[in-house]
Amino acid sequence: MTEISAPAPLAIRRRPPTSDLLRWVFGALILLGLGYWLVSSAVDEPSRFAQVTVIGFSNGMIYALVALGYTLVYGIIELINFAHGDNFMLGTFEAQSVIGDGSLQLPLLFFTISIPVGTAVTADSSGIHKAYAIAMAMVFATILCLAINVAIERIGYKPLRNQPRLAPLITAIGFSFILQGIGLAWKGEGRISVPQIIPATPIIEVDGVVYYTVRDLMVLLITIPVLVALTWLVRATKPGKAMRATAQDRDASAMMGISVDRTISFTFALGGALAGAGGVVYALYIGTTHFQLGFRLGLIAFTAAVLGGIGNLSGAVLGGILIGLISAYNDGFGDARWTYTVIFVILILILVFRPSGLLGEEVPEGQ
Amino acid sequence: MTEAAAGTRSRVSAVLDDWERWLPWALLAVALTYPFWFDIPPISYLTVDALALKLDVVILMIVYVMLALGLNVVVGYAGLLDLGYVAFFALGAYTVGWFASDKFSGVSFDVLSTATEGAAGIHISMWAVLIIAGTVAAIAGVIIGWPTLRLRGDYLAIVTLGFGEIIPDVFRNANSLPVPGGLQGSPPFIDFTNVNLTNGVAGVRALDRPGFGENLDTLTGGILPERFSGLELKPWYFTIVAMVLITIFVIRRLEHSKMGRAWIAVREDEIAASAMGVPLMRTKLWAYGIGAIFGGIVGAYYGAFIGSVFPTSFSFAISILVLVMVVVGGMGNIYGVIVGALVLEYLNFKGLEKIGDGVNNTIDLVGIDHAVDIPKFKGLIFGALLVIMMLLRPEGIIPSARRKAELHEADEEGPETTYGDLYDVRREGA
Repeated sequence: MTEISAPAPLAIRRRPPTSDLLRWVFGALILLGLGYWLVSSAVDEPSRFAQVTVIGFSNGMIYALVALGYTLVYGIIELINFAHGDNFMLGTFEAQSVIGDGSLQLPLLFFTISIPVGTAVTADSSGIHKAYAIAMAMVFATILCLAINVAIERIGYKPLRNQPRLAPLITAIGFSFILQGIGLAWKGEGRISVPQIIPATPIIEVDGVVYYTVRDLMVLLITIPVLVALTWLVRATKPGKAMRATAQDRDASAMMGISVDRTISFTFALGGALAGAGGVVYALYIGTTHFQLGFRLGLIAFTAAVLGGIGNLSGAVLGGILIGLISAYNDGFGDARWTYTVIFVILILILVFRPSGLLGEEVPEGQ
Repeated sequence: MTEAAAGTRSRVSAVLDDWERWLPWALLAVALTYPFWFDIPPISYLTVDALALKLDVVILMIVYVMLALGLNVVVGYAGLLDLGYVAFFALGAYTVGWFASDKFSGVSFDVLSTATEGAAGIHISMWAVLIIAGTVAAIAGVIIGWPTLRLRGDYLAIVTLGFGEIIPDVFRNANSLPVPGGLQGSPPFIDFTNVNLTNGVAGVRALDRPGFGENLDTLTGGILPERFSGLELKPWYFTIVAMVLITIFVIRRLEHSKMGRAWIAVREDEIAASAMGVPLMRTKLWAYGIGAIFGGIVGAYYGAFIGSVFPTSFSFAISILVLVMVVVGGMGNIYGVIVGALVLEYLNFKGLEKIGDGVNNTIDLVGIDHAVDIPKFKGLIFGALLVIMMLLRPEGIIPSARRKAELHEADEEGPETTYGDLYDVRREGA
């Protein structure tokens, strides 16, 4: 937590009006350019624009699930949980195990315990079989990621809570590499494909151009209930209330009888569960995964969390969708080779010009 | 036990405790003489056969020593977590690609280089290119640092990580880099031309080799060769050793200068330092820029040594590896960082392979058919090292006294109380 929090008046930065004006002009120019580019693309190729939007939206929902994990953890202990993206990757691996092999697998580095929970599902399996497999994948991936996240917090972050902030951050990077190693030992180096059990049957189709498929709908059908449940959990339940209190002032909540340790563990559990759910959705939607997937996707999701305003739950969802759309538009109408660079430039620009993100509140600066 | 034996033991431990006095000299003596004795038979069984410490491996280890020393200024002294240090390393290497190869074959420009007379491309003497690379990296460091260094610690880490991730991507894609070339009448109003800056994935090849020119060669009887060769590695070796010695000298002088004290003040408490009149931005920017200079220079050396630059050689893993070296060796302590870099780059490059072979041979002897590819799990091992170091010995193997005190501050404040128990008023504001 903050060692010294600057008194409120110090937090208001005074800038000379010219630099403020420059900032606005610069921002407006960028937005105008982007707007022009999007509108002209939409006018030129309306059907393709609609398709790209749908893809971007579905991807964005997955980013949102991962981004929520970053934002929850950052909100409560102000730590960038670098290992979160790799935890998500392990979620996709578990989904692949349950759906592709019909077994629950526990990766123990050089051994993998495999417990059969059903049979392998293919695209031709019956609906009930598929539904069962998805439900099982959901349960086990969620539990696995939840357990890993809580374990990481207990082993790596909790003992360092009173140390300088660099210490837990370095541990987090270490855990990210450890989880990648576990993934590598679990499924090997190659791309791993997950059976495409959700068909890409069109729902909305105009003149032979497919706009919306069952697979896109699946993303919504899974993510929206998860988001609703999360909102309810944070807003209306006692642990949620404890979480919000701890995020605001850890010491005061400790004095009010909130078990801070348990609340932080709970937050990590929640973040892990979201990563697991995101992993299943990703596996079903994209169809392939890789042990290094988590690192880049984690960074994209972190960008989404920062874009929306880190620590803000609806901000993470908004940021996720925006990042999904931006990368889809760049893939579709720009140059796909630069998508990753574009996302990072956005991250840097936001951190430099508006560190509180789109929906975040001004936070006092200084340690 | 006799008294004499006890006396010897205490003397031995006293010598070991006194590492600060002898370790630098021992390292220096080994470094200066290593090429002359490492391949003489009785020793070569250990150095060449058992450890694979040939000169090329040692050179790469020393390259990482210099990288770690540069990052140590940023992370160890100024306390700025830079996760994109590889960017400067890459920039330095590409500077060699631009200024000492036939990359820009449209022009023919030669300044004291070892290239053949009238060769196409820009050929500048490697010694000048080292300085250019340092300058380019410093400029890049200031451009990156100026807007970002005002951010708080972990945001800074993310932004530097962003730059570290962008830069290899940019080098990979810059075989057709859209550069604004002029204005045009219709939207988007700016006319872009595609420029090939890096040859993309193919990389820049056939870089010039450093050398001292014909005159110095004949004058010194070949001690300063006209042109470094790929077979005779001694000149390469002594070049990098000299570079590291200069780096150590500069860093040691900086450490005890006004700037060095300002870095430590900023690291320990930004607000207090600022209140004492330390200009935060300028201090941080200096640390970042100086770290970048060393990264750029060693990048240029690395590019020249390898002879070609590819975007894939500059991944995020290098940033992490160098960070692990700094953390494991001992943040802020030059000798700790040197030892950390030597050991870890050795493990990274050859050691894990050797250990893996050893393990697999042992497994074979026992008769289990289960080969473990240990080098494949480099990332896992380094990740585990980071975690273990942070949990058990956050100040590193060879800690700097100040850093140790700082990292154990929490332990000394009284009995550890968890938040679940009574509230500890002494930890007010924590």
